[in-house]
Amino acid sequence: MRPLLHDSAEVNVSRRTFLTVGAAAGGGLLLSFSLPGFRLGTAEAGEAAGAPILNAFVRIAPDGIVTIAAKNPEIGQGVKTSLPMLIAEELDVDWKDVRTEQALLDEEAYGRQSAGGSTAIPGNYLSLRRVGAAGRQMLVAAAAANWGVPAAALTTASGVVSHKASGRSAKYGELAAKAATLASPDLATVALKDPKDFKIIGKPIGGVDSPLIVRGEPVFGIDADVPGMRYAVFEKCPVNGGKVLGANLEAIRALPGVRHAFLVKSPEGGRGMGLKDGVAIVADSWWQASKALEKLEVKWDEGVVDDQSSDYFARTAAALADKAPAKVARQDGDVEQAFADAARVVEAQYEYPFLCHATLEPQNCTAQVKDGKVEIWAPSQTPGSGQKMVASMLGVPATAVTIHLMRCGGGFGRRLANDYMVEAAWIAREAGEPVKLLWNRRQDTRHDAYRPAGFHFFKGAVDKEGRLTGLRNHFVSLGGWAGAGEFPAGRVPNLHYGTTSLPLRASTGALRAPGSNESAFVYQCFLDEMAHAAGKDPIAFQLELLSTPVEPAEDAGRRRFGMSADRMRGVLELVAENSGWNMRSRLPKGTGMGVGCYFSHGGYFAEVMQVTVAAGGALKVNKVWVAGDVGSQIVNPSGAINQVQGAVIDGISQAFAQITFDRGRVQQSNFHDFHMLRIDQAPPVEVHFRTTDFPPSGLGEPALPPAVPALCNAIFAATGKRIRRLPIEWTLKV
Amino acid sequence: MTALNINGKEHHFESAADTPLLWVLRDVLNLKGSKYGCGMGQCGACTVHVDGRPVRSCITPVGSIGAAAITTIEGVGATPTGSKVQQAWLDLDVMQCGYCQAGQIMSATALLEKHPKPTDKDIDAGMRDNICRCATYVRIRAAIKRAAGLPETDSREA
Repeated sequence: MRPLLHDSAEVNVSRRTFLTVGAAAGGGLLLSFSLPGFRLGTAEAGEAAGAPILNAFVRIAPDGIVTIAAKNPEIGQGVKTSLPMLIAEELDVDWKDVRTEQALLDEEAYGRQSAGGSTAIPGNYLSLRRVGAAGRQMLVAAAAANWGVPAAALTTASGVVSHKASGRSAKYGELAAKAATLASPDLATVALKDPKDFKIIGKPIGGVDSPLIVRGEPVFGIDADVPGMRYAVFEKCPVNGGKVLGANLEAIRALPGVRHAFLVKSPEGGRGMGLKDGVAIVADSWWQASKALEKLEVKWDEGVVDDQSSDYFARTAAALADKAPAKVARQDGDVEQAFADAARVVEAQYEYPFLCHATLEPQNCTAQVKDGKVEIWAPSQTPGSGQKMVASMLGVPATAVTIHLMRCGGGFGRRLANDYMVEAAWIAREAGEPVKLLWNRRQDTRHDAYRPAGFHFFKGAVDKEGRLTGLRNHFVSLGGWAGAGEFPAGRVPNLHYGTTSLPLRASTGALRAPGSNESAFVYQCFLDEMAHAAGKDPIAFQLELLSTPVEPAEDAGRRRFGMSADRMRGVLELVAENSGWNMRSRLPKGTGMGVGCYFSHGGYFAEVMQVTVAAGGALKVNKVWVAGDVGSQIVNPSGAINQVQGAVIDGISQAFAQITFDRGRVQQSNFHDFHMLRIDQAPPVEVHFRTTDFPPSGLGEPALPPAVPALCNAIFAATGKRIRRLPIEWTLKV
Repeated sequence: MTALNINGKEHHFESAADTPLLWVLRDVLNLKGSKYGCGMGQCGACTVHVDGRPVRSCITPVGSIGAAAITTIEGVGATPTGSKVQQAWLDLDVMQCGYCQAGQIMSATALLEKHPKPTDKDIDAGMRDNICRCATYVRIRAAIKRAAGLPETDSREA
């Protein structure tokens, strides 16, 4: 199943919205807004169908400084800056007068506070603007009452209300106390600015925490500091879900600085991303706990591991290549007949490995359990889920669990899980002292919810005119999911998508652009193969497919799950133009260009990569051109370009990395054997956006998926060698 | 008792000689700007200067430093080069998550002290030991050039 995504890019304000007003300490205006949550329109969204309430806080001090709460976790996607920008714009204040504050977890007050699925902008674009606009309306009403003039005769700019006719003006800070006594506007009908009048939205604005970070101030989860806290390490079974039988705890307790050493036995079995069996060591310093960990001897019950090795997975998948899939995801026409009638048939096996998330800040959490109350400082993408899990595992009500949202040193989907949070809470309770739990890099690499591995057995047919007439894919999956609607489904008369899942002990989960990052690789590369089989330009071939009427009919891109062929054609044409695609035959020998395009998380991206493979096989990525369409408005162009460039390079990085298993144990442990791209390997990335008349969508993910196939297709163009198996080597066998 | 000279100040503390400098900085002296990423000198998030040279504090035992002068991210802004680098990072809005950036700034400052007008090759060599998981490499490269007063274009472009 795909992770939850919001169906609509528009906030649905069908119910009455509420606004409560109070006086802030110091005489300012405190605006507390409640909006109905955006409606989740898919069957999978049932979990969230309780219509979460969105709420944002704006504080206006007498000196005019506006403090805006940032509701969502900051993982590097820039929401601590971009979401407050939406409020500030409609409030009509200058950005220099705005301060932002990270909100505590309080989903009843703020609505859903999570980071995932590129949902922050589509989910908040209108609702947070309305919050700002309502505040502006109240300040205007306060001035109108003071001066005895109609509100319609007043204007605002830069935190000042003015009455042109009389020449009077008042600063927001002077009006805040009065505004706090007035009736609250209905957010559903509050007037919003015409985008042509935007002064903040659409302007490049630097990250609000950046001045702190360049000075090394403590802003991350790992920097949390609680008086009297100790430091914890937690060692789990090398095989996911293994049981702890015993350990040399007495010897560990005798080591320097060690305060506690104890077994943790998971009450829930420990197979998912919750509390797992293990051994906790709590010491006066993290280094002492780490030194003690080196002396730890544990007896584990690993369970059955014979069928949990990467080479076993590959052998088993290969044996399934010609077998019927266990499940048929989609079937159109008669694909076997299409192969029989074809002018050309192409068969290819694609495969990609597991990947870990490798957030540079390893998983960590600080917790204190005292008098039945739990206080947590956590870098989490889903603090609300973490709160529920901690409450349930510790047997306390969720209201007894306070969660501080700490800045995350990377997310990428890893921190959608809250295993570190429940571990820290459990260890703090057992130790009877506040603890900071920090995983070392080995533990972080070996206890992840991995990007699923997969094998795809493709067969495709083209007719004499070079049209794609048949496509078959048998997807043998290790923890992944198959999209029945994967492009070009619906545009090929004869098509068969099927899946067989192999049993897997390891946990799998969402890695940036989940599902899409691996699907883009296999589908966009195989389509490139079919284009060559058809004797066509790969971009022209895809444009042609995109012009084929689709069954069922698309909804012109209004839905986040429905792809618009028009928008995809738009970015393909734009990237062809900007990259000089049509001149690529002039490139020197050993240099080639490849293309990939993909629709995910509401965004349309097409990317062209140019690579050179030297005579000895040394690979160099020379440059990447990107064309993206995320709708009518880029909220923060500086953050947007950064996200796109980062996602593209992250995609290249993914193509060179792997996690493998040997009898259930992850074989990699750190950056020497799980490779991340370095600056000398990272190409220039030129980004262009196409503005279209659609609601803005998010940018955390959709630029990543096309990078992998663009790279592989470029290597083919440069060398004639197809990359059908990831990871790629920097020195290719040519 | 161990004594270290950090950011121009003398610090005295109790710690085993094999304790990595990183953990003394973070957990004993409350200088949390240097970050833990790998613990084996692979990622560069813990980079500090020892007598001006970039070193990985996660694998540098405190007992090995002696009287050498240590500069951390908290102190690097007091140097003209460090201050320029910090400003360039803000001007170009380099960071995403920001976790690696203390190490990047320390490596970049050391690079510019050695090569005031670095080429793209100098930047590759000086910065390749620092991982940016968010892959802000395009802006890191441009910010180093900006701090050096060079044009921000990437000369490696095909």
